[in-house]
Amino acid sequence: MRSRVNDFAIKLANVNGTGSASANSLIMQAIFRMGVPVSGKNLFPSNIQGLPTWYEIRVNRDGYTARALDYDLMVAMNGQTYQRDITELRSGGYLIYDSTFPLDPALRRDDIEYIGIPLAQLCNENFREPRERILMKNIATAGALIELLNIDGAVVEQLLEEKYAKKKNLRESNHKALSLGADYVKANYAYPLPFHLQSMDANNDKILIDGNTATALGCVFGGATVAAWYPITPATSVMDNFTAFCEKLRKDKATGENNYLILQAEDELAAIGMVIGASWNGARAFTSTAGPGISLMNELLGLAYYAEIPAVVVDVQRVGPSTGMPTRTQQGDILECAYASHGDTKHILLFPANPAECFEFAPACFDLAERFQTPVFLLSDLDIGMNDWVTPKLTWDDNYRPDRGKVLNLDQIESLKAFHRYLPENGSAVAARTLPGVHPNGAFFTRGSGHNKFGGYTEIPDEYQEVMDRLLRKHKEAAGYVPAPIIEKRHGARVGIVTLGGCDAAVREALDILDQMGRPMDYMRVRAFPFPAEVESFFADHDYCYVVEQNRDGQLCSLLTLETNVPKDKIKPVLVYGGFPLSAKNVLDAIAVNVEELDAIYS
Amino acid sequence: MPSIVKPRVAHPSLARNEIGLTIRDYEGSMSTLCAGCGHDSITAAITRAFWELSTPPHMIAKMSGIGCSSKTPTYFVGGAHGFNSAHGRMPAIATGANAANRELTYIGISGDGDSLSIGLGHLCHAIRRNLNMLYVIENNGVYGLTKGQFSASSDPGSKSKKGDTNRLQPIDPAVLALSLGASFVARAFSGDKQQLVPILKAGLAHQGFAIVDVISPCVTFNDHEGSTKSYLYTRQHLHAGFVPPAKEILTEISPSGSTKITMHDGSALSFSKVPTEYDPTDRLSAMAYLKAHEGEIVTGILYQEEASADIHERNKTPATALAKLPFEKLCPGSAELDRLMETFR
Repeated sequence: MRSRVNDFAIKLANVNGTGSASANSLIMQAIFRMGVPVSGKNLFPSNIQGLPTWYEIRVNRDGYTARALDYDLMVAMNGQTYQRDITELRSGGYLIYDSTFPLDPALRRDDIEYIGIPLAQLCNENFREPRERILMKNIATAGALIELLNIDGAVVEQLLEEKYAKKKNLRESNHKALSLGADYVKANYAYPLPFHLQSMDANNDKILIDGNTATALGCVFGGATVAAWYPITPATSVMDNFTAFCEKLRKDKATGENNYLILQAEDELAAIGMVIGASWNGARAFTSTAGPGISLMNELLGLAYYAEIPAVVVDVQRVGPSTGMPTRTQQGDILECAYASHGDTKHILLFPANPAECFEFAPACFDLAERFQTPVFLLSDLDIGMNDWVTPKLTWDDNYRPDRGKVLNLDQIESLKAFHRYLPENGSAVAARTLPGVHPNGAFFTRGSGHNKFGGYTEIPDEYQEVMDRLLRKHKEAAGYVPAPIIEKRHGARVGIVTLGGCDAAVREALDILDQMGRPMDYMRVRAFPFPAEVESFFADHDYCYVVEQNRDGQLCSLLTLETNVPKDKIKPVLVYGGFPLSAKNVLDAIAVNVEELDAIYS
Repeated sequence: MPSIVKPRVAHPSLARNEIGLTIRDYEGSMSTLCAGCGHDSITAAITRAFWELSTPPHMIAKMSGIGCSSKTPTYFVGGAHGFNSAHGRMPAIATGANAANRELTYIGISGDGDSLSIGLGHLCHAIRRNLNMLYVIENNGVYGLTKGQFSASSDPGSKSKKGDTNRLQPIDPAVLALSLGASFVARAFSGDKQQLVPILKAGLAHQGFAIVDVISPCVTFNDHEGSTKSYLYTRQHLHAGFVPPAKEILTEISPSGSTKITMHDGSALSFSKVPTEYDPTDRLSAMAYLKAHEGEIVTGILYQEEASADIHERNKTPATALAKLPFEKLCPGSAELDRLMETFR
């Protein structure tokens, strides 16, 4: 039997607002520092206090970090969800519960082990303040897990030392609570459990970071100076982090002046308006939002598209439609962003799969927005944006220089006979722009109303169409500049799996399992729209492809059907859209439906 | 309809301002508004104000939303960049533009539909931020481009061209601005250029958000009771879309007391100039004065304070435009990133 060392999944069921997050991240961070591949998924409610929240930790020595769907250990600290939580344990798994209170005998399972720890009682006896008694229950649980899972105690000590360097009292109460849980386990149970941790060295060049932090850092390094936003889950931490990084990295050391300006707008209509205004003036500007914000921004996105003004929009997708489930993940904004606004519009979309790509793609978004003078979307999602991911250390090439696109300087304007905003040279798809404040001969009137190639108002069909046709050429041309798809081939593969964004880890894991089952499949992860040519040829090279995405309607499938010549019958959608991060099991289950067809191909 | 370019020839004896430009250098393309539109008078006043201030044309940014008023930035200072954005969104776009380049002089042209209905929220927040710009509302109480619907500044009892009577309370932009803490609030009448030009100059010179509510009659759709008929009657006897010529409404308001002006449609507007003893630095008395004179259109600089900071002062942004900062000043570089990475362990 396969060893269970460094290969298991645990789930912690809690009530939100009780301090469980800090205990969860303590465990997660400790495992990371032990050098073991790990992932943590926070499944939290749209609420501040009192509703169910879960945290899942998957440890996998082979580096599979997608969500697991069955658990070896359940920490059941929430009576509201106990009935369901207990069913998610695999047979032979362990359940930790607070034995201060009796368990409902009706829900008892005979195929699992129970580890009762009188957490409430221990905390009530050892802590005085009511709030502290609640918070420390989570830390005491973490103490129990340290022993049960063989988490390195010295690493945990070090983490507490760093976290509470300036708060001695908190460090001491945390330490005390950890001991309460640990000592109880040592006195009453066999430890560690059959599945547990052993230090490895898999994380030497890695960091633990969430995608929103990485996106914010990418915007700082990419040279963004103006940011405008309206608070919205799950995008808020993009701007929180951008603010924090700017305060640290963008303050002029000599003068104390701030080389950035962040505007909390009155709504998303204003936020995108501010981005457009700032970009019109030549700054690198961006906004961060989620689907509901994109809905509001539709109007001005059309203006930016038609008037050819750069704009970078970070969309951290959550579950729609409408308010939907704000704290759950989905890839539901693909079509909304691709064609945002009324009339004929098409936008450039980038699909990062992890925090490393969030960091890499953020400057790329600004380059594309300025080169093509158009809105560019970074389509992240809640899973990428808000969960901590083990990621290779981010690196920066000091030779990078921004692509500012065609912007005429003073000399160029002065040497022109006449400046015409929408008249490109030599049949190019992009015309040069001028910035305000340079020279009166560069002045023009930016308008969202019908205009001809000279920038003048028009209602004449030919003149209008000429500009619109060039915009279409521009969008097509962008396909050669966006990140190419990641394609990985396996020997003997005749079927492909196509996906995008945060599905990456789950799909790769599924591919390995399929390979072991004798059904090798090729992999393509689409990283941008407009689609580079490889996307269409990948389909041509395969009998058919599964397209794995997290939305109900198969939005990537639709976009492929609309924008390429891929025949519809070559696209088999695999759609998982309940709001939780994807698991390999989701993919395999969907493929199993077609097992007869697969057998025919691979026999 | 394409914009009409005006000939650029100037008479050699035309006066020149401090930077050697004539008033012709501050003009734009030919207006496509109805003949006699109050907005054209405002355009002329803006042209003069910029010329008198000797602002270099390329250092002006002309912002607008959508509507008759929002078309007018093409009609002045052709050497300045203009941005005819989307309905009601101009304050947001101007905020971003100002954030990126604080070196320019911003003038926003809006109307009562643009500012008091669809863009009311944005206007309020531009006031809250004390955005450094001159914000002109060309207020005619009517939706002109969509042909005569009531706007949020329509007075109760006024009749639309179709004969409906407005029953809703108006939103008074001056009272609104005062209540929101605006740092410069003025009202003027498009027909009183003698007063309008100095008010615009004061607004342009003001450091912070200067709002000027300019009553600007719509010669085509401003249908008050008793006069509507005459316009409808005329239109019914002409080709559809024909707009009867009319002279600009011009009047002098005597410094003492209020003056009645006969509008194109025959209705009377009552104007009063703020008395000389009026204290424009006291917000509450400004509001009380407007309340006490309801029914009249009080013009002049109603309130001004220079103390409040704009977005850049609050943010401590450098005097140079953010958009001009070299990339080397913005990108922390790989060594800094390497250091940062250690904090993510």
